[in-house]
Amino acid sequence: MSDPLLKIVGLRKHFGAVRACHNLSLEICTGETHALIGPNGAGKTTLLNLLSGDLKPDAGQIFLDNRDITRVPLYHRAHLGLARSYQITSIFPQLSVEENLLLAIQAHSGHSFRFWKKAVSDPQLRRELEPALERVGLEHRARDRAAALSHGEKKQLEVGMALACNPRVLFLDEPMAGMGPGGSVELGKLIAGLKQQMTIVLVEHDVEAIFSLADRITVLVYGEIVVTGTADEIRSSAAVREAYLGEEEPC
Amino acid sequence: MLLLISATLLLLLLPTLLGWLGEEYLISLASRILIYALVAVSLDLMLGFGGMVSLGHAAFFGIGAYVVAIFTHHSFDGSPVLSWPFVLPGLDGALVLWPLAILVSALLAAIIGALSLRTSGMHFIMITLAFAQMLFFFFVSLEAYGGDDGLSLFARNRFPGLDLSDDTHFYYLCLAVLGIFLLIAYRLVSSRFGMVIRGSRDNEKRMQALGFPTFRYKLACFVIAGAAAGLAGALIANHTEYVSPGLMHWTHSGVILVMVLLGGSGTLFGPVLGAATFLILEEVLAIYTEHWMLYLGPALILVALFARHGIYGILTGRERNNV
Amino acid sequence: MLLVFEQLLNGLQLGVTLFLLSAGLTLIFGIMQVINLAHGSFYMIGAYVAATVTAYTGSFLLGLAVALPVTALIGMLVEMSMLRRLYHKEHVDQVLATFGLIMFFNELTRIIWGRQPLFMDVPAWLSGSIELIPGIPYPTYRLAVIGVGLLVALFLYLMFAYTRIGMQIRAGASNREMAAALGINIKRLYTLVFGLGTLLAGLAGVMAGPILAVEAGMGESILILTFVVIVIGGIGSVRGAFVGALLVGMVDTLGRAFLPLFFRLVFPAATADGAAASIASMLIYLLMAAILIWRPRGLLPAHS
Repeated sequence: MSDPLLKIVGLRKHFGAVRACHNLSLEICTGETHALIGPNGAGKTTLLNLLSGDLKPDAGQIFLDNRDITRVPLYHRAHLGLARSYQITSIFPQLSVEENLLLAIQAHSGHSFRFWKKAVSDPQLRRELEPALERVGLEHRARDRAAALSHGEKKQLEVGMALACNPRVLFLDEPMAGMGPGGSVELGKLIAGLKQQMTIVLVEHDVEAIFSLADRITVLVYGEIVVTGTADEIRSSAAVREAYLGEEEPC
Repeated sequence: MLLLISATLLLLLLPTLLGWLGEEYLISLASRILIYALVAVSLDLMLGFGGMVSLGHAAFFGIGAYVVAIFTHHSFDGSPVLSWPFVLPGLDGALVLWPLAILVSALLAAIIGALSLRTSGMHFIMITLAFAQMLFFFFVSLEAYGGDDGLSLFARNRFPGLDLSDDTHFYYLCLAVLGIFLLIAYRLVSSRFGMVIRGSRDNEKRMQALGFPTFRYKLACFVIAGAAAGLAGALIANHTEYVSPGLMHWTHSGVILVMVLLGGSGTLFGPVLGAATFLILEEVLAIYTEHWMLYLGPALILVALFARHGIYGILTGRERNNV
Repeated sequence: MLLVFEQLLNGLQLGVTLFLLSAGLTLIFGIMQVINLAHGSFYMIGAYVAATVTAYTGSFLLGLAVALPVTALIGMLVEMSMLRRLYHKEHVDQVLATFGLIMFFNELTRIIWGRQPLFMDVPAWLSGSIELIPGIPYPTYRLAVIGVGLLVALFLYLMFAYTRIGMQIRAGASNREMAAALGINIKRLYTLVFGLGTLLAGLAGVMAGPILAVEAGMGESILILTFVVIVIGGIGSVRGAFVGALLVGMVDTLGRAFLPLFFRLVFPAATADGAAASIASMLIYLLMAAILIWRPRGLLPAHS
């Protein structure tokens, strides 16, 4: 494996007595697809939130390309190439599908103190819009309000927005949760295709999907790392079976 | 579109029509409606499009009015507005004074906005309200300019090519100002800036995750709305030729908010309809009963509960945010 | 020195009045997440009812005894008939509806009691003054107001610390979902909290009656001060409301009393008085701004 792109050192986040993330250290390499698994409440989403900047850690550091980004605010991390999707779908319900994607594109094409020209027909934005719509298969719903989409389509839109940011690192928080089997397969294909283009950190309950997609897997329990390794290593790890797989049937 | 054209035509011909009917005095009411429509649209930019529920918008309206009144007062007196640290003479030329009113309102909006936007939701409502009330009390205590009693203008401002003391001239000026502002607002809400503002209303966290520093865009929106309210204030000072702290009182902010919601927030023409409906209703109801607020109050409750999209929504059957 | 002592008491008196208003309102904000502009109306209703009953019967206590349940009852009726429907709506709808409520109540009082303000006499047994410190007489009635305010604060503290309903309210204020999950009857709890809030507002109104003029719109000016208190103290926090109320009461009263004296040390008298009056009227808002910069969620926020 090459140099670590993301380096996490001694990261800690407690919510009262709950240790959502406790002295956690981890390295994520350029180009790898890294999955986080663990039982409910293991702190997977918290770790993602700390990496993306949605939460501030109590202690510890996060490095991107050896640059300390621990204190870099959420909006700035996007410009460093971090993008994410949320577990609970987070879109702009009152805007149209194309406006949702347009905002993601607009975020990285200069400042938005432009008051006169219509954004939807701006050729600079438009150019990226078509492929962004196509990538998540929502061309036919471009003009519809995002609120009117089905659950699966919202998930697709959400991932599409993260992708439209042209990220170097993509954080996906349970992208397949609540999707029908067909949708999961579609999304799995999409993610598999992305593997070549960017580094992916994935939280997902669908173990089958993880074993087929992830290069390496980290198992979290109570905010701490139990083990990190390849799919085969994880499958055969006694510690994992004890802490996770044997104990609770993943849903 | 047809509706828009006919409405514009009606507004353009209104003074002539009223002249035929012999009801010229209504021109003054029409100007008043246009001015309130301006301030209501400006509030809607931040409320309906930006999701910032300000209950202190009348402060900027009042500041604009006071800037005009104070400079005009000194211009008539021949006394300076400031004699230290530099001499600032009075003014009564609209082309200098009104931009000054806009500038002062914008500056104040920048300060109040920067403080208020550190919070959101209920905090934001209470804080904008409190700051507006602070300005209200400041002007109440300002004995030099009439304090509680307010300040009268001796005449309307000078405007090249127009005679503002003529109600018809004044009406057309208000109409032009509103028309230009509506055009600006129309472009604004679908521009890149408008996209950011609307996105922040829907889901601010997501906007930040996409990489937008939302604070500065919301502040810019707050300042634009404040500046436009200041211009409306400059107009109202000329219209009534009188200003008082009551312009800034929080209940006045409430009235402007009512106009926006009554007409339909998140639309451009809704607030115009709302301002017209509110002021006409006030005028008409006041003929029949002095207790018209007894009926208006429950009506507002019903609007809040059942008619979320206001008059514009009822007329067009459209939901908000369709520009 | 004598003046300082008197002004401190005045500040305390304003403070406890604000506490009565803000304690209930901060709970309503914190628990129901509803912005209620009409809280001042209940203050006004309390004052009007007490003034009327006192005028008819000649007994201030009877006025108080009627005003409190009437205010609480009207409050609960408003909650059940209207406010309840607003909990899940946007803040802007709540603003519109409660603003409409203010208009309605103000106009209604004008119809019932006319446009002239009513004046309430201080009851005979509370008239006169007491020398707390020899040589400094202070009106007995105002002392009584301070005493009642502090008693209510103590009562609320005991209620929240030791009673079942108090704990339920606290649970509701810090975590709504959790409270519902614990099987607390949320609907009933909301109505009770609203009733408690309006009762306290009514009490503040009754006690302000003999000090201020009772008139339509009297609730609006004090409402803004109440908001400032809540912003300073932190939404949903009764302790915050107590600290905030005393702070606002003191700063406002002392500022108005002493700022002119300080300014006269530096400026000529006429300029000094004008400037001091302007700044004194803005002082609590500047205080609020300072606290906002320092702690945007207030001094003692309920949700940490």
